Amino acid sequence: MLTLTRPFRHRLLGRGRAADEVAATQPVPAAVAAPLEQPPVDIAPNDPLLAYLQSASGAVDIDALELDSPALGELKAAGVKLAVPLVSQGELIGVLNLGPRLSEQDYSSDDRKLLDNLAAQAAPALRVGQLVREQEAEAATRQRFEQELEVARLIQQNFLPKQLPDLPGWQVAAFYRPAREVGGDFYDVIPLPDGRVGFVVGDVTDKGVPAALVMSATRSVLRASAQRLIEPGVVLERVNELLCPDMPAKMFVTCLYGVLDPASGHLRFANAGHDLPYVKTAGGVVELRARGMPLGLMPGMAYEEKETVLAPGESVLLHSDGIVEAHDPDRGMFGFPRLKETVAGSPGGQALIDRVITELEAFTGAGAEQEDDITMVTLERSAGGAMVAGAQNGAVLADFELVSRPGNEREAIARVAGAVAGIGLDAARLERLKTAVGEATMNAMEHGSEYRADRPVSIRVLLSPERLSVQVTDLGGAAELRAGEEPDLEAKLAGEQTPRGWGLFLIEKMVDEANVTGEGGRRTLELVVYLQGDDDGGT
Amino acid sequence: MAVHELEVSVRERDGVAILDLVGDVDSSAEAALQSAYDEATRERRPVVLNFSRADYINSTGIALIVGLLAQARARGVEITAFGLSDHYREIFEITRLADFMTIADNETGALGGAERSNHA
Repeated sequence: MLTLTRPFRHRLLGRGRAADEVAATQPVPAAVAAPLEQPPVDIAPNDPLLAYLQSASGAVDIDALELDSPALGELKAAGVKLAVPLVSQGELIGVLNLGPRLSEQDYSSDDRKLLDNLAAQAAPALRVGQLVREQEAEAATRQRFEQELEVARLIQQNFLPKQLPDLPGWQVAAFYRPAREVGGDFYDVIPLPDGRVGFVVGDVTDKGVPAALVMSATRSVLRASAQRLIEPGVVLERVNELLCPDMPAKMFVTCLYGVLDPASGHLRFANAGHDLPYVKTAGGVVELRARGMPLGLMPGMAYEEKETVLAPGESVLLHSDGIVEAHDPDRGMFGFPRLKETVAGSPGGQALIDRVITELEAFTGAGAEQEDDITMVTLERSAGGAMVAGAQNGAVLADFELVSRPGNEREAIARVAGAVAGIGLDAARLERLKTAVGEATMNAMEHGSEYRADRPVSIRVLLSPERLSVQVTDLGGAAELRAGEEPDLEAKLAGEQTPRGWGLFLIEKMVDEANVTGEGGRRTLELVVYLQGDDDGGT
Repeated sequence: MAVHELEVSVRERDGVAILDLVGDVDSSAEAALQSAYDEATRERRPVVLNFSRADYINSTGIALIVGLLAQARARGVEITAFGLSDHYREIFEITRLADFMTIADNETGALGGAERSNHA
């Protein structure tokens, strides 16, 4: 009898917006009404016709209606004679529009009664239909969301390393657990020329598929750049240049990139705004700091490059903010101090990862949903491995550079002390070596490099069965190292000589040999401690 | 390794000025050491240097102490030191600083030495 052609288009957005979305249905061809071939008429939310129909007690004569209403004009133009509001639970959910009666008579009061009855029964049925559609749409949205998450997870997992490298003398372990709404965490291990290995931990802002796509792009660009450029700061600079043009608005990538020389323990690193790695050393937990902006924000960024040496027994933890930004039930944050404490109180490697996860789960409470991805990579240098190798053919225990800046000799002392911690020097000889290293480094920074930032001092610690050698090299060129003649204390006390000039004298007294060599604009002071035929050397 | 700029406080005990050195005796220590020495020697009295909380002494620090010793000798002020680790005690011997100042094991020993020299 009646055909509702497009009865409730635009009704998929929920009941609360129904009034905004009411569409007058296409004029209804009926047995008694002339068929009209007109498109449906939309009624604007502020059109007075809406309020009129909402409150009308039954079928409305369109021709008799006088309202300042564009929709009313359209209905009249379309030849609609009668509009029957469909109201369910006080809400206007549709309108039946009828053209002129086929008999060309006006609609009778019986016609109107019939139509009103029909509307009263059709409205609830229409409403039920709308609700079913809404629910189906919601279910479809949910399903699409779950599918998207699955895609994000697949992208993410596809780009994580399938296996970790087997580095003699090192334990490498990694952990990755995505949040339900997959964040943009990633890590990577990149084999490089000369046996070096690149380590990456990164985090893309945003979640889901967009983050996963940016992550995969970042990873690919990083891999390609790492092979050619090696220096971590230069690599991040290049990656930033490549990412910037195509980065979606409001997205960026934080990333820590380090290059490890497994033979020497030398780790060079740069940081694009990522959480600082922790190194567990004999003297406590230290952070690896290097400045740099996140990737993809602005072109032309420079990335500070730093380096350190991981001594035997030391381990480093690279991590993502999913750990420190996890909350407990009272909204307290896990935080950096707690993570640092966990690193300090735990062995390295896989054991450290396990400990962090245990601590984290105890903190957030059982069954709490993980808020963000959690990613960790640990590198641990075996305590004894290097020593065994060193016993045969001389091992490099440390190899690092220091910026020539007053006070940095303390860094040299700490690093060398850490590197030789396992070789069994007695306390007195270790103290003498530390003083000699400090003095040699100061001398190199002050006289060789003139405290210039572009003239770093490099230090290597070599071990053979017979001797421990610390080589302190500066760019002092041909500048001669003054011989360590014994200072004349009487002359100094009498004010006839400067009170200074003790450095080289001390160095010679503190170690068994102090040798100066020069080559190609570089000058090296080698400090040697004999390890056999211990004669309490030095004094 | 943390760097601790030297702080020196002056206290008096038994007519002797004791300078408690806390931190690093290196180039950054010059001002703190000199002003404490000046304060301690406003009156002519023996000076005792307490090194028990000075963890790091380098060649520049040695030069500062040589400078103090030179000033003290010019004015006839006796200087005693205590609280040196075995390592720095060895350095004071190698540099012969120990020939020009008394090195005591602890504060009581340092006061005994300082007082004796005061009354000598």
